[in-house]
Amino acid sequence: MTLTPDDWEVIRLSLKVAVVGVVFTLPVAFALAYVLARGRFPGRILLDAVVHLPLVLPPVVTGWILLILFGRAGPIGGWLDRVFGVTLMFRWTGAALAAAVMALPLMVRAMRLSIEAVDRRLEGAARSLGASPWRAFRTITLPLSLPGVWAGLVLGFARSLGEFGATISFVSNIPGQTRTLPIAIYTALQLPDGDDIVLRLAIVSVALSLGALIASEWLVRRQGERAHVL
Amino acid sequence: MSFEVDVSKRLGEAEIAVSFESDAGVTALFGPSGSGKSSILNMIAGLLAPDRGRIAVGGRLLFGESVNLPPEARDAGYVFQDGRLFPHLRVRANLLYGASEREGAITLREVVDLLGLGALLNRWPRTLSGGEAQRVAIGRALLSNPRFLLLDEPLASLDRARADEILTMIERVRDALKLPILYVSHNRAEVDRLAGRVVAIHR
Repeated sequence: MTLTPDDWEVIRLSLKVAVVGVVFTLPVAFALAYVLARGRFPGRILLDAVVHLPLVLPPVVTGWILLILFGRAGPIGGWLDRVFGVTLMFRWTGAALAAAVMALPLMVRAMRLSIEAVDRRLEGAARSLGASPWRAFRTITLPLSLPGVWAGLVLGFARSLGEFGATISFVSNIPGQTRTLPIAIYTALQLPDGDDIVLRLAIVSVALSLGALIASEWLVRRQGERAHVL
Repeated sequence: MSFEVDVSKRLGEAEIAVSFESDAGVTALFGPSGSGKSSILNMIAGLLAPDRGRIAVGGRLLFGESVNLPPEARDAGYVFQDGRLFPHLRVRANLLYGASEREGAITLREVVDLLGLGALLNRWPRTLSGGEAQRVAIGRALLSNPRFLLLDEPLASLDRARADEILTMIERVRDALKLPILYVSHNRAEVDRLAGRVVAIHR
C-alpha cells in the first residue's frame, strides 16, 4: 500500500487539527475537572451539564451552535475577527476548535475521576509540613492525578481524530483546510472509484487509533509504576 | 505553658469540646476511639477550624482572638495514625518534603541516625512495613523543624515488638530534642510510659 501526496496531506492535517485541539483543551479541561471535583458552588451542576453537552448532543447540532457563536457575524467570531483579525470559518483552526469542543467532556471526565481519587488528607499532611496551598497542589495533587491527565489526553486525541459531524457542519469540507481523515473517507465514499482511497485511509485510521491506545496504556503504566498509585 | 487548648467544634451529631493546659514534655490525650481525639489534633494543626476557642503552643497563639494561622505557618510536626507518606515520592523525598534550611535545624543525617532510616532512603512508601513507615513519618515531621509534635496513635497499626521499638524512638526524640509533644492514644500502658500529663477525653 502506497499513500499518495493527497493522502499524506489529509493525514498531516488530521494530526495537526487533533494535536492543536487537544493541547489547547488540556489546561481548560484540567481546570474544569478540578473545579468539578473539588468546588462546592451554586451552578456546579449546570456547569457539569454544559461541559457534558457535546457528548450527548447530535454532533451536527454542536457544529451548528459553533457556527452561530464563531461565525463571522457571531458574538465570539465577530469579536475575534475585529480584535485579532482571526477567522475560524472554513479554516483548519475552526476544525481544531470543533475537535476541542467534542473532546472536552471526555478529557474532563478522565481527569476528574483521577483528581477525586487523590487522598485529600495527603494535602493536609503537606500543608502541616509547611507547604502553601499552591505548593501542595503542584507537588501532591497534580502528580497524583497525572494518570488521569494522560488518559484524558489520549482519549481526547482519539476523539479529535475521529471528529466528523461538528466539523463538517461548522467548517465544511475543504481540501487542505478542513478535510480531515473521516471527512476525506466520507468524500471518497461518494466517488464512483473511491474504494482504494477509502481502504487506504481506513487502514491509516485504525493504525493511528491503535497507536494512541497503546501509547496511553504504556504512559499510564509507566506513570503508575513510578507513582505506585494504580 | 507548652499547650493551652480550649476549643469546641460540632461535627455532625458529635460535639467535641476540650480544655486543658499542660507544661509536661509529653502530654497525652487519652480516651476511647471515636471520642474526637484526632479532630482535636487537626484543630491544633490548623487542618480543622474550631467553632470557637483558643489554641496556643509554647506561648504562641495559633487560633483565637481573631487569629487563625494556616497550617503551614503553625510549625507543627504532625505524625498521622496511618503515616500518610506521599506515595509518589521515595523515602528520601518524603523526609525532605518539609525540610528547613534554617540555621541550627535538624539535618537529614541526624534524623536518619536517630531513627535508623539509613537502609530505607531509596525505597518507595508502598514497600515499607508499618513500623518502617511510622519511623519515616516521624522523621519527616522532625525535619520540618517543628516547634511541637502531634502524634496521633503512632503505634495503632503495629505489633508489640514494633510498637515497643517506635515507643523507644519517641522517648529518644522527647529526650534529645526537648520539643513539646501531644500524644493521642487509647492505650493506658503507652500513656503511662511516655506522658508527664494525661488529659482524659470522654465521648
